[in-house]
Amino acid sequence: MKVAYWPGCVSRGFTPELHGSMAKVAPLLDLELIELDRASCCGAGVIAEHNQELADTLNARTFALAQQTDGELMMNICATCQGAQSECQERLDANTEYRDHVNQTLRDEGLHYEKGLTNKNFLWLLVEEIGLDTLKAKVQKPLTDLRVGPFYGCYIVRPKERLGIDSENPRDRYLHMVIEALGGTVIDYAGVYKCCGFPIVTMNKKASLTMAGRHLGDAIDAEADCLVVPCPLCHLNLDLQQPAAAKISGRELGMPVLHLPQLVGLALGLSAKELGMNKHIVRPTKVIDWSTSVVASAAA
Amino acid sequence: MPEYTLRIRRYDPQSGQAAHWDDHKVEMEGHVSVLEAILRVKADTDGSIGIRCSCRAAICGSCGVRVNGKPGLACHTHLEDAAKRQTKSTTDDASVIEVEPMGNMPVIRDLIVDMDAVHWKKIQRVTPWLINKEPIPEREYIVPHENMVDVTQTMACIQCGACVSDCLSMEVDPLFVGPAALAKSYRFVGDPRDAEKFERLKDLSEDEHGIYDCTHCFNCIDACPKGVAPMSQIMRLRRVAGNDEHIEDRNNGYRHEHAFVKNIERNGLLHEADLLPDSYGGKFHPRAVPELLGSLPVAAKAMTRGKMSLSGALLHPHKASPEVKQIFKQVEGEKERYELNLYVVGYEDEEEPPATPAETPTESESA
Repeated sequence: MKVAYWPGCVSRGFTPELHGSMAKVAPLLDLELIELDRASCCGAGVIAEHNQELADTLNARTFALAQQTDGELMMNICATCQGAQSECQERLDANTEYRDHVNQTLRDEGLHYEKGLTNKNFLWLLVEEIGLDTLKAKVQKPLTDLRVGPFYGCYIVRPKERLGIDSENPRDRYLHMVIEALGGTVIDYAGVYKCCGFPIVTMNKKASLTMAGRHLGDAIDAEADCLVVPCPLCHLNLDLQQPAAAKISGRELGMPVLHLPQLVGLALGLSAKELGMNKHIVRPTKVIDWSTSVVASAAA
Repeated sequence: MPEYTLRIRRYDPQSGQAAHWDDHKVEMEGHVSVLEAILRVKADTDGSIGIRCSCRAAICGSCGVRVNGKPGLACHTHLEDAAKRQTKSTTDDASVIEVEPMGNMPVIRDLIVDMDAVHWKKIQRVTPWLINKEPIPEREYIVPHENMVDVTQTMACIQCGACVSDCLSMEVDPLFVGPAALAKSYRFVGDPRDAEKFERLKDLSEDEHGIYDCTHCFNCIDACPKGVAPMSQIMRLRRVAGNDEHIEDRNNGYRHEHAFVKNIERNGLLHEADLLPDSYGGKFHPRAVPELLGSLPVAAKAMTRGKMSLSGALLHPHKASPEVKQIFKQVEGEKERYELNLYVVGYEDEEEPPATPAETPTESESA
């Protein structure tokens, strides 16, 4: 399957292991990625907060670039991009006059956004396009005995209506379903659908890192081996800031946090090193007791 | 008739006993509301259940509760819809409906929370009335139609507290002014008759628990039974405070937004190494120095792990294309911001798909 691929900014910035692991995993899933290297930042909600039309125009440009490729749909690997882009797309698709106005700005570049683009996060694509049966069939090293806490964050599960979450498309259960399909054990804990705190880290660091610390602590109490996130911004607050979050919450943490393509990659037979896990602040290879898991060889 | 198990959380802080759950079987049609079911149990089985309610028609906002994990009005939630929302503790039995008091507010008894202690205190905090411009006109003050439409969404609020119940910022910072009160404040910020628009915005920007304390979690949007979308109102408050009133708050809210937008205008993609210092006013600003020093251990660790390099942090690996810069110039240069509020304008109807030959009636059929 060929997709127009939007990696976002952070996967090429402070979480390079996300971009790298997606590149490694894609061929194993028969995914051909056409990277949208001319597109700009989605705005992460901040540009929309500043000027809604500006965010809508920048994202309409990204959508138009995706529509110029021969990809079947557009795929992203960042839940924040998914949420911010879905919000812009909702407005663009809802009103012809507004869409025409935005397209007018894109005209000089020869671009035009046609209503109705399909833009899916890698998580949605895994379940809805590749399918869990196909995924299961590709598993080389099932994640047996690996206790994984899903951490969805906000942008990929709310608001439900905008993101097309209903009983037919239980997208708010997909992380659970993928973990199980890979042979892992889903760990339930209080933070599954909560906010990592990243958006307010420069405004209210204490509140932000209290959130992160609390979810990590809850996952430890539920005896998770690691968390898995579909969002690199969550990864920044949960992994990069984990030592600071530990200080604020007054307890030792040490909870590894995996990007979704890394978790998939492990089960598909890639090594922790190939998946860039040595770049994490809390190194999964140091913390998880790999010896009791059939993924033990991955740590080598 | 379907049978449901109403599982109600019981708690009386005066009793000295811990909270517990009571199960009650009710036989009722699926379209009946959760509130009617609770009132049936209260009338027939256990008169001691505490629930606050009045209109039973989603107008008064009294019966806010959490039903199978989701906050909302008990009178506005059908039993069959509630039963479909399974939670961890109800997955084994699809007929179980868990009803518990709203979150972020202390429980007075059972399903009744102390709205005065939290919700109403926060509403009071934002001066929830109009402060007239002087001189007051002798006759009616005519408000332009577009201004009235602009504040319509916030006026739909019925003060039920469902958004407060699930606010994730308030969960870690109980002093956060919160979604309901901030949405209410937009009702007056957007009203041209109000004399203190600037003061209201300045106050809520400077308050460390004000508009910049919202973490964008969207919970309030999903919680609201009236479509107020409090988080969207908070974003509008930020937009007006920062862009129109140029209020540079002490929480770095405005500076962060400004730094982010400029960062994208310059680089096309986010250059994270610049964002943090710029959010504090620039690398050499006195305000930035302690923050940057505090971030050094994180930055050092990130570098040793290969997350970033010194050259990558100092040099800019990417630049915005002229086309992206042009979009910024053009949109930011417009005289007025073009905001599309789908609550007001609605969604265009889906176009009718063109009739396929198979669906087109043949001459003989239509004859």
